[in-house]
Amino acid sequence: GLATLAGGKAQASELEPNSWEEIISYNNFYEFGTGKGDPAQHAHRLTTSPWTVTIDGMVDRPGDYKFDEIMAAMTIEERIYRFRCVEAWSMVIPWNGFELKDLLDLAGVQESAKYVAFETLYRPEEMVGQRFGTLDWPYVEGLRLDEAMHPLTLMATGIYGKTIPNQNGAPLRLVVPWKYGFKSIKSIVKITLTDKQPPTSWNKALGREYGFYSNVNPEVDHPRWSQATERRIGGGLFAKRIPTLMFNGYEKEVASLYEGMDLRRFY
Amino acid sequence: MIDALNTYARKVPVWVIYLIGGAYPFWLLWLGLSGGLGVDPAKAMEHALGERALQLLILGLAITPLRKLVGLNLIKFRRGIGVTAFYLVLSHLLVWLVLDVQLLDQIWADILKRPYITIGMLGFVLMIPLAITSNNWSVRRLGKQWRVLHKLTYGVSLLGGLHFVMLAKGFQWEPLLYLGSVVLLLMIRLKGIPSVRTRSRA
Repeated sequence: GLATLAGGKAQASELEPNSWEEIISYNNFYEFGTGKGDPAQHAHRLTTSPWTVTIDGMVDRPGDYKFDEIMAAMTIEERIYRFRCVEAWSMVIPWNGFELKDLLDLAGVQESAKYVAFETLYRPEEMVGQRFGTLDWPYVEGLRLDEAMHPLTLMATGIYGKTIPNQNGAPLRLVVPWKYGFKSIKSIVKITLTDKQPPTSWNKALGREYGFYSNVNPEVDHPRWSQATERRIGGGLFAKRIPTLMFNGYEKEVASLYEGMDLRRFY
Repeated sequence: MIDALNTYARKVPVWVIYLIGGAYPFWLLWLGLSGGLGVDPAKAMEHALGERALQLLILGLAITPLRKLVGLNLIKFRRGIGVTAFYLVLSHLLVWLVLDVQLLDQIWADILKRPYITIGMLGFVLMIPLAITSNNWSVRRLGKQWRVLHKLTYGVSLLGGLHFVMLAKGFQWEPLLYLGSVVLLLMIRLKGIPSVRTRSRA
């Protein structure tokens, strides 16, 4: 069954989801190439079963968790979220998945943990983009523990009620709707609880442009373009740009996480 | 083989370039309106026009080396290639202004604040005098100065290549190959290109 989020204000009912075709044909997943159509073209080579997620670091029950075991333990619900790419385009996506918090609880987070580090599969024989040094593979990402435990933070395993396609990050990916899309790491094989801020791929590649936090913020520009507005995919050639919302429209839910922080400095 | 290509090139009228180049932005517009450019047609159009223009600039730079090094004579197409490159850059700029950025106040901010846009814009501005003087009257009127003025294409091509490299995310080969081609085609000019033109025509 598809339950709805309790704090349902976040998924404002006026949000019209993008079509399945739009969501699966226009992707940034550099493990399959840098073009927006490359993932749809090459991701079919990826084997997603069997799949294991290693959860280690500061947890009570570290180990290799089989994907099927995880799915058996989780409650899948639908979340319709805005998705805002750092490149200033956006979509609305009806994800299916479970709260990251539930998975972390399964492993038992220890008191000392402050951050969560994530890692994508590294398998260049199937992920053709990994044969080029576009980024330092494997792709890594990270969240502060309170961000990871937030009820909006999702592990997605489906879209439109169907199994998530490979180009969208099968079999399970992170979705942090108030952050730029690249924070929502795909095809996760490892989750590590740590007390140090973990390195993140785009920050390593271009630290001046991509910070650890990368919260959607119309007032803090990317050095190469403005973040004040965005192009919503699906509007056609003459679509008007729309204003970008603070924290991608989830300000009420998440602003308190960053109280007192200078968001220009911690971009 | 080269002789056959030269014979073939002699038969192709120059207006073919203007016809294809002139129609290209409208072809893209039609594709964009009919769903042929994917789900983000404005960006696809912007990128296609920019990339095509850069390819033409590189082709234009290759004409003299091709003639001197392998005896392939495409010189009669060079003006058409250059003017078409300008036309595609202009279309690229218009798509960026009208379909992508949309807000006029933001455009000025972008031009001044964002180096890759400053560089692209400078390349476009430098093309204007070249486009204006791409006619027989100007060639006669300016004489030697015309040749000097049109060496600006070297700078324009470098700026175009650089503009592409600067907007890439992560380490990408494609824009580097374009910039590399420009640099290579300029470097072989530094020493003066040895001529093999005088080969027998038999």
